[in-house]
Amino acid sequence: MRRLFYIVVLFALPLYPSVILGQRQSNCETCHFEVEEPEGPAHKFTRDVHFQKGLGCVDCHGGDESLDDMDLVRKVKGYRGIPGHLEVPEFCARCHSDAVYMRNHNPSLPTDQLEKYKTSVHGQRLFGRKDPKVANCVSCHSVHEIGDAKMPHSSTYPLNIPRTCARCHADSAYMAEYSIPTNQYAGFVASVHGHALLEKQDLGAPACNDCHGNHGAAPPGVTSLSAVCGNCHAFQAELFLQSPHEKGFAENNYPMCETCHSNHRIVPPGDTLIGTSEPALCVNCHSADDGTKGFATAEGMVTALGTLSSRRDSAAVILADARTKGMMTTDEDFRLQEVDQALIQARVLVHSFDLSKLAPKANEGLAKADTVRANSESLIDEYYFRRKGLGLATLFITIVAIGLYLKIRRLD
Amino acid sequence: MPTTTGTKPPSTLGQKSFQWLDDRFHIKALVDYMSDKSVPRHGRSIWYYFGGISLFLFIVQVVTGILLLMYYRPGADSAYESVRFIVSEVSFGWLIRALHSWSANLMIFAVFIHMFSVYFEYSYRKPRELTWVSGIVLFGLALTFGFSGYLLPWNELAFFATRVGTGMAGAVPVIGENLLVIMRGGEEVTGATIGRFFGLHVAILPAIFTVVLTAHLVFIQRQGMSEPIDWTDKPESEKKYIKFFPNFLLRDLLVWLIVLNILAVLAVFLPDGIGLIHWPLGTKADPFAPPPPVIRPEWYFMFAFQALKFLPAHLFGLEGELVGIGAFTLGGLIWALAPFLNTKAHRGKPSTPFTLFGILVLLFMIGMTIAGYILE
Repeated sequence: MRRLFYIVVLFALPLYPSVILGQRQSNCETCHFEVEEPEGPAHKFTRDVHFQKGLGCVDCHGGDESLDDMDLVRKVKGYRGIPGHLEVPEFCARCHSDAVYMRNHNPSLPTDQLEKYKTSVHGQRLFGRKDPKVANCVSCHSVHEIGDAKMPHSSTYPLNIPRTCARCHADSAYMAEYSIPTNQYAGFVASVHGHALLEKQDLGAPACNDCHGNHGAAPPGVTSLSAVCGNCHAFQAELFLQSPHEKGFAENNYPMCETCHSNHRIVPPGDTLIGTSEPALCVNCHSADDGTKGFATAEGMVTALGTLSSRRDSAAVILADARTKGMMTTDEDFRLQEVDQALIQARVLVHSFDLSKLAPKANEGLAKADTVRANSESLIDEYYFRRKGLGLATLFITIVAIGLYLKIRRLD
Repeated sequence: MPTTTGTKPPSTLGQKSFQWLDDRFHIKALVDYMSDKSVPRHGRSIWYYFGGISLFLFIVQVVTGILLLMYYRPGADSAYESVRFIVSEVSFGWLIRALHSWSANLMIFAVFIHMFSVYFEYSYRKPRELTWVSGIVLFGLALTFGFSGYLLPWNELAFFATRVGTGMAGAVPVIGENLLVIMRGGEEVTGATIGRFFGLHVAILPAIFTVVLTAHLVFIQRQGMSEPIDWTDKPESEKKYIKFFPNFLLRDLLVWLIVLNILAVLAVFLPDGIGLIHWPLGTKADPFAPPPPVIRPEWYFMFAFQALKFLPAHLFGLEGELVGIGAFTLGGLIWALAPFLNTKAHRGKPSTPFTLFGILVLLFMIGMTIAGYILE
């Protein structure tokens, strides 16, 4: 009986990979596996999320999988063959826009991708100008190796998205006729966002689609920029919208965050961005005699932050000294964290462009930094006091010990 | 005026006070008794000091322990906070905690040396069998002091080490489960456990310890210092002695002063200990936090901890840990009963098997301790 089992298993082996993955076996694979190269569509399809969900060739291409003659298959009503570049969106949308159908396969997946795609720059060019170079579904998702965005090998996995977009957008020859820049990818890689996503592999950091949308991809307009950045940086956006800059930027058609932070190559924010001397950005628009308070505010903000930052650092140095001397610094460590918190909050308050809002927070941090410093200094004093006390105590004990020793010698 | 001595009348204030007390308590008799005692003098006399050093460090423990008690508040919500308060706010609180921790470790170390020197010198032989047994009881109590005190700061390491330590008690057959619940005051290590360990550490153990220690010291006073075993057949003329009072006592005092100085330097410069003997307050115990990567018992439990870890899960059809605990119990029993088992020493002759057993125990302890710190 056992031998029979092994024989059956042995003969069933050629049915791999469908047996292993528990998929149905159709005549399509039987022929395509034989005639195709190892990286042909049928082979690739075994790695496709659709295959893993139990779909087969006929679910996209139509036809009848029970027929073993290709010519007969093509004659079957409903055979769709290979779609052209312009037909792909509708081809995929047959299922992906069908809410009832999708509910049976992947209920959490939205079904408005085609509608969004039509609003995107890609979709407008594809449907409007019949542009065969513009991205359709398969340009980003691949053809027969389509992966779920949660799969690390997928072209739409967050860490892979920048490269997926850059395949076209960083190719200057390919993009030549569109007269848009091709340095977005290079900028993103060097940016604070790119550093977090690609180097630290922080999946919470934004990839291209987090700002531009994915299926509805479009460059954010001047007015929508607050929604794009403010989505994550909510407090900064709110402060900005209440600040005197809001009106001025709108009148001059300046994009709100981008004007100071740039778009793709966003440098880590630093105190040097504000102030009244290079490389501060305030002086790009403000001068001492421009009739606004801008120049004075910039000066005040940079002074407040600089003072807080340097006093925090010097307090931290003294605290570290106390710690290395073996003193108990837990309370001061906590207080220094509060100083750091105040510094972060003060830096966020820069976006109010209002010194009367920033100064109290900076002063709160300064007072705490001074306390840390003073307490750390008294800890260090305490350390020297202990050593002196110990010196006296050991001296006393030593004298008594010597006296005792002499007494013992006399006794013996 | 009736006096016990009947010699010349007292003149100075000191002599008058002594006279006053002597009239009532007959102290002169005690002094005379002590003056009659003598201590053998030979090449290995240095080992006589370690009992005294252990006693001195115990006195330091009592004094610093009482001072810590002024501010320490047992309980899951207050233990850690009160220790933090002691080391950061209370004047010299850091010093008291450092002295308490350092002298605890040094005391255990001195007790180890004291015990092994007594063992290898066969000083436990007749008539000192009960002195040895009371010493073994004191040794066990000292280790229990260490174990119960370790949890009291209620920090991360103490919490998890206590969980492992009390968990081992659960492996004891039949009574294990009950023993674990009694030790922990429930199924888990909680605030109730602190209450129990605190009561044990500051009331039950000191009470028992004081009684046994008094007996131990009285025994020693009655019997005097043991003479080396190779003096058994020596003629009296070749034996050298020094008087216990005041000569040996002053020497003891000198050693105590030196130990006090070492203790002070350690407590001031290394208040949190050093290297493997380290007791930083660290973070507060959180039963829901994952255990730290390295859970270590104190160094004097390391050999047992490591030996139990080395044992396979099952041995001779029994749980490995159980076999280990059984072996330790048996070894401890042989150790405690050495004076009764070693009849050769009783006759005044060294016994190679017992010396070898002692060397084996010592090597086992050192080897396992080193292994415990290297293999992590």
